[in-house]
Amino acid sequence: MALPNHTPLNYRIWHYTYLTFCGLVFFFLIAPLFVILPLSFNAEQYIHFSSKMLALDPEGFSLRWYEDMIYGTKNPWGLATKNSLIIAFFATIGSTILGTVAALGLSSRHMPYKAAFMALLISPMIVPLIISGTAIFFFMAKVGLAATHTGIILSHIILGTPFVVITVTATLTGFDHSVTRAAASLGSNPVNTFMKITLPLIMPGVISGALFAFVTSFDEVVVVLFLAGLENTTIPIQMWVGLREQLSPTIMAVATCLIIMSTLILVSAELLRRRSERLRGINQ
Amino acid sequence: MSQKQILSSDGIPLEESLKKAERKNKLKAVLLVAPLFLFILIIYVFPIGDMLFRSVDDRMITKMLPKTFNAMEKWDGKDLPDEEVYKGLYDDLTFLKKNKTYGKIIARLNYEKSGFSSLIKKTVRKINKFEEGNYKEQFIKVHKRWGKNEYLVALKNTAPNWSYAKYLKGMDRKFDQDRNIIQVEEDRRIHKILWLRTLNVAFWVTIFCFVLAYPISHLLATLPMKYSNLLMICVLLPFWTSLLVRTSSWMVLLQQQGPINDLIVWIGLAADDNRPELMYNVIGTFVAMTQILLPFMVLPLYSVMKTISPSLMRAGKSLGGTPLVSFVKIYFPLTIPGIGAGCLLVFILAIGYYITPALVGGASGSLISNTIAYHMKSSLDWAFASALGTMLLVGVLAIYWVYNKLVGIDNIKLG
Repeated sequence: MALPNHTPLNYRIWHYTYLTFCGLVFFFLIAPLFVILPLSFNAEQYIHFSSKMLALDPEGFSLRWYEDMIYGTKNPWGLATKNSLIIAFFATIGSTILGTVAALGLSSRHMPYKAAFMALLISPMIVPLIISGTAIFFFMAKVGLAATHTGIILSHIILGTPFVVITVTATLTGFDHSVTRAAASLGSNPVNTFMKITLPLIMPGVISGALFAFVTSFDEVVVVLFLAGLENTTIPIQMWVGLREQLSPTIMAVATCLIIMSTLILVSAELLRRRSERLRGINQ
Repeated sequence: MSQKQILSSDGIPLEESLKKAERKNKLKAVLLVAPLFLFILIIYVFPIGDMLFRSVDDRMITKMLPKTFNAMEKWDGKDLPDEEVYKGLYDDLTFLKKNKTYGKIIARLNYEKSGFSSLIKKTVRKINKFEEGNYKEQFIKVHKRWGKNEYLVALKNTAPNWSYAKYLKGMDRKFDQDRNIIQVEEDRRIHKILWLRTLNVAFWVTIFCFVLAYPISHLLATLPMKYSNLLMICVLLPFWTSLLVRTSSWMVLLQQQGPINDLIVWIGLAADDNRPELMYNVIGTFVAMTQILLPFMVLPLYSVMKTISPSLMRAGKSLGGTPLVSFVKIYFPLTIPGIGAGCLLVFILAIGYYITPALVGGASGSLISNTIAYHMKSSLDWAFASALGTMLLVGVLAIYWVYNKLVGIDNIKLG
């Protein structure tokens, strides 16, 4: 963003103020995440930068909190990770299938009351989680699914579907329906057409919706707080419990692992988005 | 018919054939939406309906004291009731004592009128010594409050199956004994403060997000792709990172011995032994929520700004407008849809926020969601939690409706 030579001074000042402000906002967005990384390698038990760390003395750093996370006594993280992965896996599958099928129907121009259905199906994303949690807890307690994986998975499917519906509907807006008609005229049945023509074309939208659903379930804490028993503890629950007691370096280690995971998810989501735009012929 | 009907190849009139095909397509679309619709209806919409129901359901007392209420139907509430009512009360309380379930009614009755707790406890303790007949006298002998009309009126007031008392409580109001709605005592008006604080936090977080997001969205939309993609990571990485991770990083930053306080001391704004409290109050809630919700403002703004052609600003300039005038008259009006979308989204999310205020907010920074959670998990007043939840839900749905009208729910952009 170099300015031309003839730019008057007051515009110059204005322009650099603007860039500085933007720089500060980007710093505000991203810096908090990077505070956690060095602290997770702290050799001491406190959550602040020790003088040894600031001097970059190797003695100031250690992997002990990662060891504690994996091998520590009475360590809850193993069970929590297992539960989180199981719950997120099934919730993702459920949300993706239900959401994709519904998005296909919602994108059809024959769908009646489209806006009303859309508003209802997206609502779990808008309604505050505390309300969803309360309502779902009453329901699950009534049908005997409180403190079970099934109950948590079902509620996470609900919370994940809006994202799938949104991303898949977005992919379908540029969809050329003549290809499915071409397939039909060549004698393909609807299921075959869907599997061989439609699905591969909308796949980027489906996968990015699935990623959203996965992250939603994997991060979700409010509904699980209401539903989970001791056996159903998840990573967010353990973090919540840990943060309420005291900040421990082990939590910093877990948080670092989660940041690495979200970086990977971000990269895949971005690649998918670009691929989807290329497939649909949207030029950058 | 003067016009000749057009027939399709199988001899059916074309119009009819087309209608049939349309119907079939319509059915197909509905069938595709049906599974998710039913799923959400059963596991989401009905439970929320059940929550509404719980918030007004007040049948417990009526169910537990059936004979008393039966006898009370004829009583006009002016003078002390007849023997019949006391007889019913005796039967009901004896039954409850036998099943050891009288604890439930104590809390409910004491809420209606304080003093009921000791009254019921004392009566239940002595009820075995009651003799047949003349119950009214015996009741009054056990506790003189049974001879005061106001307690019996209060009992009768719990008779309706439905009550909006919990909603009144959520607005710091209650019924007095003549069923007039009055404000609760001054020192107990906590919910009004809580609602105002929630609105206040949501409003200011939205404003802060807007002020911070507008310039960077503009920068992202106008920079060449290769730079803006890189900077976009700064927005998207927090967006994809776990909420608890982001909250815990704020807990690290804002703690008393944390980096921000170190900086404040180093600059000399505060003495080392007098470090300001940045966390466990409303400041922590503001700062952390602004950073956490900022991506939800940037993304809609960015997607709108991306569609504004740079030649419009150049045209404004060539027609003699200063940059400021071109911005105010051309650019800003074009971004209003994005501003609306971003502000409504952030406001909706902020108003129901729970995790971050609970962890960094402390007592003075906690919001309405935290109170709902408290009544769900600690005080176990589920009906009150439901009532507060319903009030919050109505507010959120109203904003959601506006959002849908202005922006259209299918225009939400993710990433």
